[in-house]
Amino acid sequence: MRTNRLKFAANVTRPLLALAAAFALTSLALLSTGVSPLEAYRLVLFGAFSTPVRLSDMIMLAAPLLLCAVGLSITFAGGLYNLGVEGQMIAGAIAAMVPLRLWPDWPPILLWVLAGLSGAAGGALWALLIGALRRYAGVSEIFAGLGMNFLASGLTFYMVLGPWRRQTSASLSGTDLLPRELWLPTLDRLRLAPAAPVIALIALAVVWWALTKTRWGLEVRAVGLNPAAAARLGVAADRRMAETLAACGALAGIAGMLQVVAVHHALISNISSGIGLLGLLVALLARADPRWLLPIAVAFASFTVGSIQLPLTLGIDSAIAGVLQGALVLFALVSRARRS
Amino acid sequence: MHIAVENLTKRFGAVCANNRLTISFAAGQIHGVLGENGAGKSTLMKLLAGFIQPDEGRIVFDNTPRRLRGPGDALVAGVGMVHQEPLDIPAFTVLENLLCAAPPGVFRSRRAAQTALLELAERLGFPVDPAARLDQLTIGQRQQVEIMRLLLCGAQVLILDEPTTGITAAQARALFAALRQIAAEGRTVLFVSHKLEEVAELCHTVTVLRNGQVVPPGQLPMPQPQEYLLELMFGEAGAAPPIYRPLPVIDAPPVWELRNVTVRSGALQLVDLNHRFAAGRIIGLAGLDGSGQQVLLRLLAGQLAPDRGQVLVNGRDLTGAGSLAFRQAGVEYLPADRLHDGMIGALSLADHFALLQHGGLMVDRRRAEELARRAIADYQIKATPITPIAALSGGNQQRAMLALIPPNARGILAEQPARGLDVASARAIWGRLQARRDNGCCVIFSSPDLDEIMEYSDEVIVCFAGRIGPPIPRALLSASRLAELIGGVGFDALVDVAR
Repeated sequence: MRTNRLKFAANVTRPLLALAAAFALTSLALLSTGVSPLEAYRLVLFGAFSTPVRLSDMIMLAAPLLLCAVGLSITFAGGLYNLGVEGQMIAGAIAAMVPLRLWPDWPPILLWVLAGLSGAAGGALWALLIGALRRYAGVSEIFAGLGMNFLASGLTFYMVLGPWRRQTSASLSGTDLLPRELWLPTLDRLRLAPAAPVIALIALAVVWWALTKTRWGLEVRAVGLNPAAAARLGVAADRRMAETLAACGALAGIAGMLQVVAVHHALISNISSGIGLLGLLVALLARADPRWLLPIAVAFASFTVGSIQLPLTLGIDSAIAGVLQGALVLFALVSRARRS
Repeated sequence: MHIAVENLTKRFGAVCANNRLTISFAAGQIHGVLGENGAGKSTLMKLLAGFIQPDEGRIVFDNTPRRLRGPGDALVAGVGMVHQEPLDIPAFTVLENLLCAAPPGVFRSRRAAQTALLELAERLGFPVDPAARLDQLTIGQRQQVEIMRLLLCGAQVLILDEPTTGITAAQARALFAALRQIAAEGRTVLFVSHKLEEVAELCHTVTVLRNGQVVPPGQLPMPQPQEYLLELMFGEAGAAPPIYRPLPVIDAPPVWELRNVTVRSGALQLVDLNHRFAAGRIIGLAGLDGSGQQVLLRLLAGQLAPDRGQVLVNGRDLTGAGSLAFRQAGVEYLPADRLHDGMIGALSLADHFALLQHGGLMVDRRRAEELARRAIADYQIKATPITPIAALSGGNQQRAMLALIPPNARGILAEQPARGLDVASARAIWGRLQARRDNGCCVIFSSPDLDEIMEYSDEVIVCFAGRIGPPIPRALLSASRLAELIGGVGFDALVDVAR
């Protein structure tokens, strides 16, 4: 009884301490620039909710972020560190461009579906290459993933400056904009395309169901916990690992597709904008627990959007949102490590 | 250097690996250290070489008590240890390996080190190329390099742990000659082995460890009668008359058949195996650790693919098919370390039954929990269907692992099935395995416990230094004869008779 109460107290106080430590570190960074932390926090924490435009921007960031984090919760369950998620998002964006450029006059709905499928396939393929490197060449998925990120980003530059360059002149800023009718429809005068958050929420629900209710999910978790024992019990461990990578890649690829058809309306050289790696932080903080993915993804997206006003109003760089996000994850990991 | 230990005690959890050991080793001699697995030989050697620190007691070098903080510390004090598996840096050359861990001031220059190395190699009769990379050398050559490295770094005491495992006969002869030379120069050599003939050939004294203690207290001068040493090592085995049942004649095809199989794992190679393992038998694999039992079990489980030859399961050729195919053919492998590769600690028994379900998109939770409940009742497992396996006691984990064997299993491979269990749990586990045998399973198990081998086997196979003996019916075997065979005494004759 007594130990239970103690354990409960520790479970409550540890995350709070981690939260306090993260804010303390960020405040130190703010104080060092001579800015009032309270004023900065007001913008970072609540700025995203101040106007409808900012709110819609936040949702359009949260959607791909959630997709990546949901995908990563699959690979985490399978015991893999898929740092290649950024590259998978880029590969998805490039693959999504293919049908859009090939048949621009087909019906938009068909094209969106095709772009989604193509983006998912591109991301999955990119992830499977990592799986193949791990399985057949003994390369750690962490290093394979990082390498593939560079490759994907190089490929975008090549496409933007080469085969898909602007008709006027090649520019690093990206390809020509897609025809207006191919832009994912948005709410009146806002940049919010409702399809994006809907897709992300559906993905969250499906993955939660697959991981907790299906045989496949149980096998994936078994492989993640102990591949040798799972194999002894008859689970095809290598196959399950490849499947988790492919699933994560597909979701990241769909996130990349959304960046193309709903946000930038073109392939730009920085199409992934670090969303994949931010998704890694979200998944780490949520400990791949699906219940926490949505609130944390929303919080991180609002930090990022809220901090955009910092340079204008307080004259400091918006990167402080990154400091806060990073510090949160760091102290959460420390507090968990101390517990175990 | 004269070394001694006084009341040396080392515990690992509840196990007392060295229990108030008091013993001394004189300089200028080769001292044999004998004992069965788990007797405490390796613990004592690691304590002397600074790899681990004692809980109580002290270590005395030349009448000076020493506290060794690590192997480097021990080497500075004059003690070096050669491990069974070489502990060197494979990507380095012989010379680099010598230089990188040398205590400061030992070598003035690369050239001086090379000259010293070549001189010593000449004296000991070890051919060596200072520029050769270690990963290009054989285990035996790497062992020679390690011995020379320790001597050049100033070792006055050389400890060798099972040095003749994995090296050729010629290398063993060269090693023995070198060790005699080293002892003649006034150094102390500790020779840990389970091969009685080698100890008899080489050593001036012998120390026998049993259950963490020296039996009888103190060193014995060599030679000693072999039977006496065996009795010291294994106790007075075979006092009780054997109870055995006559083996039924079995028509069913053998569960496993090995045809001219050669398989390698690490330093150990099993050559030209031809065996048939019949259904309805319990076959015990006896032998000291690393004599080939584990390799054989992993070969039969499909985890190791043979380099040559064929492995048949139920008459089907499964050579190189992988453990999943073996499992589908009815082979079940029960590893000794239950939570390492046996079961998934964080998952429950019901989860494990769910993992074994075939087909279907969803987990049939209700059926899995029903099966888990039935297994808990049948096997008297103290758990609920949803208790994580890691929270179970060792005996209950072992019962859970047995309960998870599919009913249609034809062959069960068990590594130390009663490891860490109390007598009642061990008996319960064995009752289950015997029931499987009576239903037509072939059960092959390895155990370091000779009593267990003698009590439960229908046939015994002795493994000695990477060689697999012929199956001996339990009825024809006495405990003392088994102890001899494990030590290699009469092993060649046995193999010849079988041919």
